[in-house]
Amino acid sequence: MGKIVAVTGNEACAQALKQINPDVCAAYPITPATDLMQRFSGFVNDGKVDTELVLVESEHSAMSACIGAAAAGGRVATATSSQGLALMWEMLYIAAGTRLPIVMPLVNRALSAPLNIHGDHSDGMGARDTGWIQFYSENAQEAYDNTIQAFRVAEHLDIRLPVIVCMDGFIVSHSIERVEYIDDADVKKFVGKFVAVNPLLDIDNPKSYGPLILTDLYHEYKRAQHEVMTRVPKVVLEVAAEFEKMTGRRYGLFETYRLEDAEMAVVVMSSAAGTTKDIIDQYRDRGVKIGLLKPRMFRPFPFAEIANALKHVKAIAVLDRADSFGGMGPLYSEIAGAVMQMDTKPAMINKIFGLGGRDYLPDQAEHVIDELITLAKTGKVQAVKEYIGVRE
Amino acid sequence: MTTKPLKLRELAKGEDRFVHGHRMCSGCGAPIVVKQVLMATDYPIVASNATGCLEVSSCIQQFTAWKIPWIHSAFENAAATISGVEAMYKSLVKQGKLEDRNVKFVAFGGDGGTYDIGFQSLSGAMERGHDMLYVCYDNGAYMNTGIQRSSATPFGANTTTCPAGDVIPGKLQQRKDLTKIMAAHGIPYVAQASPANWMDLMKKVQKAFEIKGPKFMNVISPCNRGWRSKTNDAVALARLAVETCYWPLYEIENGVTKITFKPKEKKPLVDFLKPQGRFRHMFNPENEWMLKQAQEYVDNQWERLQKEAAFFGGEEKAEEK
Ligand SMILES: Cc1ncc(C[n+]2csc(CCOP(=O)(O)OP(=O)(O)O)c2C)c(N)n1
Ligand code: SF4
Ligand SMILES: [Mg+2]
Repeated sequence: MGKIVAVTGNEACAQALKQINPDVCAAYPITPATDLMQRFSGFVNDGKVDTELVLVESEHSAMSACIGAAAAGGRVATATSSQGLALMWEMLYIAAGTRLPIVMPLVNRALSAPLNIHGDHSDGMGARDTGWIQFYSENAQEAYDNTIQAFRVAEHLDIRLPVIVCMDGFIVSHSIERVEYIDDADVKKFVGKFVAVNPLLDIDNPKSYGPLILTDLYHEYKRAQHEVMTRVPKVVLEVAAEFEKMTGRRYGLFETYRLEDAEMAVVVMSSAAGTTKDIIDQYRDRGVKIGLLKPRMFRPFPFAEIANALKHVKAIAVLDRADSFGGMGPLYSEIAGAVMQMDTKPAMINKIFGLGGRDYLPDQAEHVIDELITLAKTGKVQAVKEYIGVRE
Repeated sequence: MTTKPLKLRELAKGEDRFVHGHRMCSGCGAPIVVKQVLMATDYPIVASNATGCLEVSSCIQQFTAWKIPWIHSAFENAAATISGVEAMYKSLVKQGKLEDRNVKFVAFGGDGGTYDIGFQSLSGAMERGHDMLYVCYDNGAYMNTGIQRSSATPFGANTTTCPAGDVIPGKLQQRKDLTKIMAAHGIPYVAQASPANWMDLMKKVQKAFEIKGPKFMNVISPCNRGWRSKTNDAVALARLAVETCYWPLYEIENGVTKITFKPKEKKPLVDFLKPQGRFRHMFNPENEWMLKQAQEYVDNQWERLQKEAAFFGGEEKAEEK
């Protein structure tokens, strides 16, 4: 049984990194992730970890140094937010394409312009196609647990891919919550020894990393990368099962809440799921058959499993904390893709909420559920995509 | 480990760590530079490489010309990438997870990947004090993408983005003096070298590898495609660059400037410019001012360098003729 503490999401993630003791971390400050690596730097300078900390001059260099370090053959982590992730964009593809198991907490924050430091998922969604595995966490406990599990998934010999672990900026990163820490020795045992694959530092067996691959083989390389992604769900579930044995806390590819007999569903990720669950309880008390689906693993997206979980609902509202301007919300597009595989298609609406840290309040959830009730009855979609919580 | 003797006969018998089969243009200076750097030492070396001619031509699919561990990740980050490799080495050795074999870390980058887009990453890595040597092979333009201007392109040169046009006759700015900028970082060793003076170059590499911390070497690297010169004149042009004092050979060790080779007789700059088609327009009568300006700049720079070296006690006599 671990220790119960009152900590912020950043503190919990820093603790996870401390317990994991990566060989190299490269870091660059950005709100709201700054505090995470700042705490970790304290662990380095107090000799609590063996990590070699590389305090780079930009996030582009942070990811470049992580790539060099991971290729060298050891455990590597960094953390960032928003503009920092955007600056890494080029290197994110290279980390994934090179199959390097780097773990990166991403404290979700809006993207400029206008400049805004508060939480939304625009940054993570911008990295959707980079080839990184992505987990989204509802609270500090999940951020802590996901960070620990992320190393196992990233470093799994069938996978060897980088993993992003998201938590909502400020809402989770800076709020003090009850978190149950796992004992140091248990984390160490759970994560295990790092196994290097083709390390650059194997001096006697020199390897070349980063070749030029043109039209004759690039397509095949990318197909291979796609195939690795298809192996991820099984590994994520195996790791989660082991994690549950250790902690009693259960994780899947997604979480469902009162969904089994529901006629309507709200799909939403991260901290907003908590608020939504409370409102669902209120409607359930009034006999409304509403449930929730909260994706945990956004990449790879578990289409078949989600379709199966939603197959009995008549209407779905997908809440996106990011927008694809001129398109649908990114989560909506994925759910629509999943729903396409179902025999009967539910009516679907997309709500864009909470951009730049705009509070997601109970009345927003209520409005969404009220609309779902009508939608389930009529089957008629008024507006597919709509912003909610907007000041007119 | 003792520094190995630089005897041609011995060196020729040594094992190449950058081998034939790469697809650089015939007569390119860059592979010569790489070979000389790697040949100068028997230490184990791990290298990173910025995107550019050297990188795209030396590792294609399953074929690699590198007999050492080598990593290319992107264009602007050879320094950051190798800094990560070096940090991992340090960490693993410190934790007893890896045997300390005195591995040396080298980054290779073209002038574009070093003076321009990779400048921030280079500056950062040098300031952080990684134990690494950065080698810039300076061919004075973005050659890989088809000879575009960089901040290392010499004054007057005709490139595809600063063509010698009817109104603007080539590049109107002088080169960025990166060697001096790197010296201003206060790092323990900075040097400028030329593959024509191979002994001088290799000695500098040897010296760099005996110094802990960040080191930078700027090496002129003729490119017959971009310089519009003959395919058999790379070494001759690299020599003329030195003899005209366009590319002086010097080093700055712990802040002390030393000229490592002083030509007996300083040749006029036109000797270096004339064989290169990229400067052809400068020889048109209306562009005489360009030749004059180019010569003045070289004279001033050379004068300054000599003064700096004199301040610290002069220059070393050349050991090779
Ligand atoms: C971020 C980015 N911008 C542009 C390019 C395109 N690019 C590839 S190589 C290159 C030129 C390299 O020039 P230099 O560093 O001088 O090396 P050289 O090819 O001359 O040896 C450019 C512009 C790129 N690969 N990445
Ligand atoms: S274009 Fe120039 S630098 Fe590039 S390989 Fe050819 S000769 Fe060498
Ligand atoms: Mg160049």
